[in-house]
Amino acid sequence: MPSAARLPGLWPRPRARARRDALPGLRLALGATLLWVGLLVALPLLALAIRPWQDGAAPMLAALHDRRMLAALELSFGSAALAALVNLPLGLLLAWSLTRTRLPGRRAVDALIDLPFALPTAVTGITLATLYGPHGWLGAPLAKLGIRVAFTPLGIMLALAFVGLPFVVRTLEPVLRDLPSELEDAATMLGAHRRQIVTRVLLPPLLPALATGFGLAFARGIGEYGSVIFIAGNQPFHSEIAPLLVVIRLQEFDYAGATSVGFIMLLAAFLSLAVISALRRRLSRGLGGGEAA
Amino acid sequence: MSRILLGLATYAIVAVVLLLPPTLVFVEALRQGLPTALATLSDPDARAAIRLTLEMTALSVVVNTAFGILAAWALAKFSFPGRGVLLVLIELPLSVSPVVAGLVWLLLFGSQGWWGEALARHGITIAFATPGILLATIFVTFPYVARTLLPLMQRQGRDAEEAALLLGAGFWQILWRVTLPGARWALLSGILLTTARAMGEFGAVSVISGHIPGLTETMPLHIETLYNGYQTIAAFAMAALLALMAMTTVALRSILERLADKAGTNKAGDWA
Repeated sequence: MPSAARLPGLWPRPRARARRDALPGLRLALGATLLWVGLLVALPLLALAIRPWQDGAAPMLAALHDRRMLAALELSFGSAALAALVNLPLGLLLAWSLTRTRLPGRRAVDALIDLPFALPTAVTGITLATLYGPHGWLGAPLAKLGIRVAFTPLGIMLALAFVGLPFVVRTLEPVLRDLPSELEDAATMLGAHRRQIVTRVLLPPLLPALATGFGLAFARGIGEYGSVIFIAGNQPFHSEIAPLLVVIRLQEFDYAGATSVGFIMLLAAFLSLAVISALRRRLSRGLGGGEAA
Repeated sequence: MSRILLGLATYAIVAVVLLLPPTLVFVEALRQGLPTALATLSDPDARAAIRLTLEMTALSVVVNTAFGILAAWALAKFSFPGRGVLLVLIELPLSVSPVVAGLVWLLLFGSQGWWGEALARHGITIAFATPGILLATIFVTFPYVARTLLPLMQRQGRDAEEAALLLGAGFWQILWRVTLPGARWALLSGILLTTARAMGEFGAVSVISGHIPGLTETMPLHIETLYNGYQTIAAFAMAALLALMAMTTVALRSILERLADKAGTNKAGDWA
């Protein structure tokens, strides 16, 4: 059901592992697969890995000392983390309502959760910029309260929270559905308080799924471009995200610079994904069982 | 009491966060009435953008479906050294920023890319032209068909295929007559997901397209051009059309999944 991007390497292993291969078509299918993956994924990513070093280490070193790039990376990672964090309670609330209550109109809510997936990023971008802009439906009343959203880092975070929300909801949903409601009842009968039930009974089995949801939303947020640039303001050192800096460097025909930023983004994204998946494994091991989140 | 509060909070979040944005798209598009909105869509550049988006989507779907089926077959029915690496490589495009997904093609085919100049001497342009847009679109929608098919094909096991083999069927026959019919819902679901993502791709295409109105602008890129040119109604009319296309595709997919769940065709152990 979830159309969210999964962490790499979560595919199950094949069942018939040790059996002799009598089925035909391995050569053909594997050959086609290698061609497809090799030309369309491995080759371009190889170019990304090699290109920054092609003119020596200088461009990469320069990039690493480029304050503008560091500011952009900090902004992208910071706002992606904050947005993913904000999405945890929001996503938990929505997933809870969908799975553990008989909310009227649950079907409609369920369908709407996927909306940020379904909406093309450019559409999301101009829509949020208009909605939260100085004259927007939400932007105008917020401006009266002295809160500026559009063209500030707050707007960036808001856009990232919007695109990340379904990842969190869809990761939590199956876990919440499988959580037996008898647990709550048993805890109540044993005399636990409401807060004890939440922190001791309900939250621990949810932690791995929360970590996964956070990781997915965060990873998506780091690279997000279309839904952000319209609301971001795009001022260097202030509201310029890393993906936009890649585009700007390319427009300046600075391929080495653009590739350095892209390479660092990719590396950092992988690193954070690895950390989060290790964390998730640790959390679920503490519970004595893994979650198929 | 807390139940009611929870329900109200859910409705509030859904209304403000999820319902308001799509509503705004259609309100802005129809600000001066439907005829005006439709008129902006029949502008030559708008029509070229719609056509290009449909073409790029169709081609990406064909490529990723054909190869995705074969990849799922190889990975689900066989085990071989390097299988894990292949799985990771297939999933990789999903963790790459859209901008980087465009950048990698410039590194190969751009004017300063590895082969850009050599190809240009033979009159072949890939960057800032439709072939580049196609490559970027294929890249960002790369894994969807394979990854929806693979778990299902694995659950199917190999018994039915081996029986077909004993009865004298060849590879294509087994694939067409035995494996794919049992996986048709998953296949369709993967195709719909590929379609939705391909139509809406912005970042990757933006980097490699060159933004030439009427020539290399897809619908999302044309929305950007219109919006930045303060043609708000035209921008939102195009946005509404694109959103409708993508949302219909995604909705079709959830209907399909519900149907498949009812029919039980997606359930594990169907073939066991």
